[in-house]
Amino acid sequence: MPEQAVHVHQAPTGFIRKYVFSLDHKIIGLQYYALAFVAVFTGMVLSWLMRIHLVWPNAPIPGLGLLSKTGAPGGIVTPEYYLQLMTMHGTLMVFFVLTNAPFAAFGNYFLPIQIGAEDMAFPRFNMMSFWTTFIAFCVLVSAFFVGDGPPLSGWTAYAPLSAVGGDPGPGQAVGQTLWGLSIFIFCIASLLGSLNFIATTLDLRTKGMTLSRMPIVSWAWFITSCIALLAFAVLLPACLLLILDRVAGTSFFVPSGLNISDHMQPHQGGSPLLWQHLFWFFGHPEVYIAILPAIGIVSHILICNMRKDMLSHKVLVYCMMAIGFLSYMVWGHHMFLSGMNPFSALVFSFPTLVITIPATIMTLIWLGSLYGSNLRINSASLFCLGFISMFVSGGVSGFFLAQPSIDIYLHATYFVVGHFHMVMGVAAIMGVFAGTYFWFPKMTGRMMNETLGKWHFFLTFIGTYAIFMPFHYLGLAGNVRRYSAFTDDYLVPLVPVHKFITFAALFTGAAQLIFIFNLFYSRFKGAPAPANPWECTSLEWSTPSSPPPFDNFGGKHPVVYHDPYQYGVKSSTGDYLMQTSPEQAGQTP
Amino acid sequence: MSSKIFAVLVIVIALASAVPIIHHSFLGATVAPPQDISTHGYEIDKQMDETMLEAGLSFLAAQLVLGFFVWQFGGRKDGVLKNFPGGAKYLVLAAVLLVGAEVIALGAMGTKAWAKVYFDKPSADAMPVQVQAGQFAFYFHYPGPDGKFGTIHPEKIDEGSGNYFGLADDDPAAKDDIQSGEFVIPVNREIHLMMHGKDVGHSFYVRELRIQQDFVPGIDLSMHFTATKIGRYEIVCTQLCGLGHYNMKAYLNVMSQEDFDKWLKSQAG
Repeated sequence: MPEQAVHVHQAPTGFIRKYVFSLDHKIIGLQYYALAFVAVFTGMVLSWLMRIHLVWPNAPIPGLGLLSKTGAPGGIVTPEYYLQLMTMHGTLMVFFVLTNAPFAAFGNYFLPIQIGAEDMAFPRFNMMSFWTTFIAFCVLVSAFFVGDGPPLSGWTAYAPLSAVGGDPGPGQAVGQTLWGLSIFIFCIASLLGSLNFIATTLDLRTKGMTLSRMPIVSWAWFITSCIALLAFAVLLPACLLLILDRVAGTSFFVPSGLNISDHMQPHQGGSPLLWQHLFWFFGHPEVYIAILPAIGIVSHILICNMRKDMLSHKVLVYCMMAIGFLSYMVWGHHMFLSGMNPFSALVFSFPTLVITIPATIMTLIWLGSLYGSNLRINSASLFCLGFISMFVSGGVSGFFLAQPSIDIYLHATYFVVGHFHMVMGVAAIMGVFAGTYFWFPKMTGRMMNETLGKWHFFLTFIGTYAIFMPFHYLGLAGNVRRYSAFTDDYLVPLVPVHKFITFAALFTGAAQLIFIFNLFYSRFKGAPAPANPWECTSLEWSTPSSPPPFDNFGGKHPVVYHDPYQYGVKSSTGDYLMQTSPEQAGQTP
Repeated sequence: MSSKIFAVLVIVIALASAVPIIHHSFLGATVAPPQDISTHGYEIDKQMDETMLEAGLSFLAAQLVLGFFVWQFGGRKDGVLKNFPGGAKYLVLAAVLLVGAEVIALGAMGTKAWAKVYFDKPSADAMPVQVQAGQFAFYFHYPGPDGKFGTIHPEKIDEGSGNYFGLADDDPAAKDDIQSGEFVIPVNREIHLMMHGKDVGHSFYVRELRIQQDFVPGIDLSMHFTATKIGRYEIVCTQLCGLGHYNMKAYLNVMSQEDFDKWLKSQAG
C-alpha cells in the first residue's frame, strides 16, 4: 500500500493521559459512548418507573423510597415525581444519548480515521468537549439529590413554569436551576465539538480524499456538526437568559401580573413565547442532529452488506443537506397552538411538509438499492433494516402533525409521543446498535456474538413496535401526554392499552440485557477479529491494527485512489476495492 | 433464515398496524376521535381522513416493499448484482412529483380547515365568555345582563370565596358578573371564548369540539366555536402546568337555550 511517511507522534504511557484526560479521538469517542451508555440505561429505567406508575399508580417500587423520600414515599411515585422522572428521562435521552452516541461517540472515533487523519484538528478542544459534557451530566443528575428533586417542567422547560423559581411546584427551585446550568454547559461542549468536526473534515483529509470521496457517514457527521454549531449557539444564550430570570430577577420570559400559588410574581415585561421560539429554533434541528448520523451510519453499513453502492449515495448526501437546511425553517410547527400569529402556522407548515420530499427520496433509494443486491444478513445489517422500517413508521405520522388543522386535535397527545419516539428515539438508537455491531471489531479487535446480536435485534424490533405503535391509537383517541394518571372519564377505558404498553416496555428493556452481556462478554472473550471482517472499503478498515494505533495509520498517511464504495467489482481482494488500493477495478457489472 | 424472519415480521407488523387505521373501530370506539359536535370540526376530520389514507398507503407500500426485497435478496450469495430499473433518477422524480403533489393538495385543503378556526372572525352576536386557567382549574366568567366584563385584578383572586377572577367590589361592570367552575353554553349559539392565563402555561382542549388552544400568560387570546349537540363533555389541560396537570379539568355543559337561561338566572340569584 503506497503511503507517505510522516512524523511519528508518541503515544502517552501514563494511565491518566491514556484513558482519562486523553487527547486521542478514539478514547474520547469511547468515553462519549460510555457516557451515552450510562445515560441511556438510566433513562430507560426512568421510563420503566413511569410506565409502572401509569398503570399501577399505588404500587410501591422497592428501593425507590431511598432515592427520594418526598417524591416516592414508601416507594410509591407521587404525581410530581412522575413528572420529574419524565423531565429527566427526556433530558437524558435527547441530550446525553441521542446527541452523544450517534454523533459525538462514533463521529469522534471514526471521522478522523475515515478521512485519513491522525486525530481531530484540535485534540485539546476535543478532550475539553468531552469533559465539559461530563460535567453537564453530573450537574443534571445532581438534581436528583437536591431539596425537592429534579424539575418537573419537561425537557422543553416552558416558561413561566421554568422561569419563576419554586412557586409553581416541587423541583422548580434548585432542580430547575441545575437543569438550566447543565444544558448551558452541554451547549458549550457541543459547540466545541462541532467546531472541531468541521475543522477536521475541511482541513485534515488525507491525499486523494476529496470531499466527494468521503464515505456517506463522514458526510453525515459533517452536516450534523454544521447544524449543531448553529442550533446550540441559540440554546446557549436562551439557557443563560432562563438562569438570569431565575436567579437575577430579570424578566425575559415572564410577563407581569402572574399570580402563582397566591404569590404575585415580581416580574414584568417578558414573553413566554420568546422561550418557545428560542428553544424550538434549537429543538427542531436537534431532531436532525439525532437522526442524520444514524442515516449516515445505516447507509454506510448497508452499502457494505449489500455488496453494491446505493443507487446514488450522492443523492443521499444532497438529501441530508436539504434536511439540514430546511430544519431551520420549521421550528414553529411545535407552536401552532401556542398563540403565535395563526398566519405563521401556515408558513411553518409548508417547509415541514416539504421535508417529506428528501425523506421520501432517501427511503426510496434505500429500498431501490436493496433490489438486486447480495444482502448479507448480520446483526448490523438487521438493525439497518429495522432502522428503515422505523424511519418510515415514524415519518408518516409526521405528515399528520405537520398540518396545523390536524394538530388542533392531535397536539400534545400520545400521537406526538409515538411519532418522535419512533423516528428520533428508536430509529436513531437502531443506528447506534448497527454501528456498535459493525465497528466493534475495529474498536476492540474482537467480534461480537452474532447469535445473541440477532436475538437482540428481533426482540428489540418487535418490542419497540409493540410499545410505540399503540401510542398513535391512544393519540387518535385524544389521550393527553404528560399525565401522571388517567382519571378523566374518557381516558379510563384506555388504561388496558397502557397496560399492554407497560408490559411491552418491560419486555423490550429486559431484551437489552442481551446486548449488555454481548458487549462485555465479547470485549473480553469474543473471537479475535480479522483486519477487515466485513470486507469493507473505507479507510477505517485500512489501519494496521484493531484497535488502530495511537496515530491511526502507524506513522504513515494513507493515500486515497477511489470513491468510497467500490463493491461488486473484480479485484485481487475479491468483490471490492479498498479506497487505499491503487489497483483499478477489473469490471463493474 | 434471519432475512425471511425479518421479512415476515415487517409485513405482519405493517398489516397489523394498518388494521386500526383502516378500521377505526377495531379496538373499540375509544381508540378513535369521538363524534364531532362543532360546526367547524368536519373540515378537520376530513383532513385527517385524507391524510390517514395517503400516509397509511405510503406506510404500507414502503413496509411491504422492504419486506419483499429482504425476503428476495436477503442472504443471497454471489447473485448477479442488478440495479433497480431506471436507477435513482426515476425514484427521485417519483418522490418529488408524488409527495410534492400530496404536499400541495393537503397543504391547500388544510389551510381551509385552519382558516375556519383561526381566520374567520367571530360574528357580532357571538356570546362572549372569559375563561381563566390557573394551577389546576379552569374558571368561566359571564358578563351578566350589562354585557360588560368586570376587570381582572390578579392580586384580588380568592378562590376560597369564589372570586376566581379577582373582580373588584367597586367595579360597576363586575356587579352582575357570573363566575363559574363549569362551562355552560347554549347549543347552536356561537361562543366567543376569551382566554386568560393566571399563572403558568395551560391549554384548553375539548376533543368533541375539535378545539385546542394554549393559554399564554401575558397574552389574552380568543377562540370562537359553535357546539351543535346537547351533552356534557370534558375540558382538559394539555400544556404541562405542574404536579396537578393530569387532574386539571372542567366540564363543558351544552344546553338548550331555555335550560341555559334558567342556569344563568340561578347563578345570578
